[in-house]
Amino acid sequence: MMHIGDVTETLAAEVGLRSDEEIVRLRQIVRDHAIAQGFSLVDQTKFVTAASELARNTLQYGGGGDARLSKLTNGVRVGLRLLFVDQGPGIADIERALRDGFTSGGGLGLGLGGAKRLCDEFAIQSEPGKGTTVSITKWKLR
Amino acid sequence: MYHCPALLPWRQVGDAIGFLRWHFFTQLRFHSPLVCPLWSNLRWQVCSGDFMDTPKGAALIDILSRHRDTLLTDWLNQHLSIALRRGLTTEAEMREQFRSFLNVFTDALQRGDILDASRPEWEPVRAFLADMSSHRARQGFTPVETATFVFSLKQPLYARLRAELGDNPAVLAEVSWNVNLLLDALGLYTTEVFQRSRESIIARQQEELLELSTPVVQLWEGVLALPLIGTLDSARTQVVMESLLQKIVETGAGIAIIDITGVPTVDTLVAQHLLKTVAAARLMGADCIISGIRPQIAQTIVHLGVDLTNVTTKSTLADAFIVALQRTGSSISTPSAAA
Amino acid sequence: MERIPILRMGNCLIVAIQVDMHDRLAIALQDDLTGRIVKDKAKGVLIDISALDVVDSFIGRMISNTAAMATVLDAETVVVGMQPSVAITLVELGLTLNGVSTALNVEKGMALLQKRRR
Repeated sequence: MMHIGDVTETLAAEVGLRSDEEIVRLRQIVRDHAIAQGFSLVDQTKFVTAASELARNTLQYGGGGDARLSKLTNGVRVGLRLLFVDQGPGIADIERALRDGFTSGGGLGLGLGGAKRLCDEFAIQSEPGKGTTVSITKWKLR
Repeated sequence: MYHCPALLPWRQVGDAIGFLRWHFFTQLRFHSPLVCPLWSNLRWQVCSGDFMDTPKGAALIDILSRHRDTLLTDWLNQHLSIALRRGLTTEAEMREQFRSFLNVFTDALQRGDILDASRPEWEPVRAFLADMSSHRARQGFTPVETATFVFSLKQPLYARLRAELGDNPAVLAEVSWNVNLLLDALGLYTTEVFQRSRESIIARQQEELLELSTPVVQLWEGVLALPLIGTLDSARTQVVMESLLQKIVETGAGIAIIDITGVPTVDTLVAQHLLKTVAAARLMGADCIISGIRPQIAQTIVHLGVDLTNVTTKSTLADAFIVALQRTGSSISTPSAAA
Repeated sequence: MERIPILRMGNCLIVAIQVDMHDRLAIALQDDLTGRIVKDKAKGVLIDISALDVVDSFIGRMISNTAAMATVLDAETVVVGMQPSVAITLVELGLTLNGVSTALNVEKGMALLQKRRR
């Protein structure tokens, strides 16, 4: 139900992430939707790059999973939200994973911190043995 | 039941007032024996179940259909004298607007018996109000005047309702209350639309300002300069960064001089943005020189702990230009004066 | 699986990445390049990424690794044509591509390679 002032979310695409090619396919789908939502070129690139990082995580560390892309509206603002879900081993120390990255000489290579910096909103839920869910959101400025 | 759609903050003020009114209203209905004589009370207790089942808007629709013209005239007359005095519109235009609203309002009521302005059945009414709101804004009406347009329908409507439902106070109270809520929501909606259009105008103007104030100039072959003037905020710095990098690609310039002589203060955020610009340019294969660093800014930069060890800095644009020329393999020579 | 073509110009190898590479393709390119450096006794490698509108950490690391391997094999690497939005994103991501020379276009890249070789 639509409320004035609330965020409305509509599912736009669902992509399975079980192979390299599907990561590429996700990048293209996200790029198309970012263009459609009117994101600037830089914002498109940032969001697609973040998606690519997280998709790779889902594939490599999560044993494969799914990505769900939704279109957001909040009054006159529009945005995109990507949800990555996997049933993999989960992350034991999320704090550390967010701090580490490829900048610290390889580290866990999770790229979570990087993806977080590239987006407006970032949320992660993970427990060892219970899989991981990561959500990134980007709004169209102005 | 009191229904409250999710509201923008300032709407909650209007709604708070509405709540107080509801509270007073309900107290009156339940506790005033003068208004509800005993047999009416009993009748209400017996019939309230029935009333809840019948369409709430039925009585309303009935009144609106049968008394449309008198309603229109009563409603219009409240506004005519004021509006015409301000000379913003004509009587014919106003009559047309008011009539159209009543039509679209009645239509929505007939479509469903839900008196909730945020439902899809009320979309035509919202669209009409949004249209009218921008039209009136252009004519010069204030948003309060436009909202009052909606609120002022209450009085003639209540008068009609009292006349028709006077012998059934419980129903009268229920219908009046629903009308009240409905028109409140619609009136506030016009103001919301007005605000949003102002916000988009401001945003557009800001964007135009940004474009005007970030010129990138080519000083020499392969040397660009970006003279920054005024305070730098996050948004502006990002736009500046992007246009400089784009210009670097377009001109194939190997060196960009970012001159901050005209920037009064540099805070951590701005310093970080500048450093990111330099890093991005370097990734692309171009170099940056930052010039125009005044003593105060130099102090701020050191205090903030900003690391400029990998960045060439010069105090004046002229010095930076000479360095740039050297790096691109050129130099300035002054022909010696003939003896 | 298709492979990205590698051209040779003098003692330099030139690669223009025109497609959105999946990870296996990127690894294959890395292998092919190192193989060709040895086979052609190349002294310079020029990687043109002007057609890439996304460079994530994987591709970034592939480029860094290729440059490092090339150095071990006594060849210089230059990456040319990075798009501004890609550069901005990489900076935000924290990927520095240390050890990789960059130039704005193929012409400047080749000039850089020639200069270094002298």
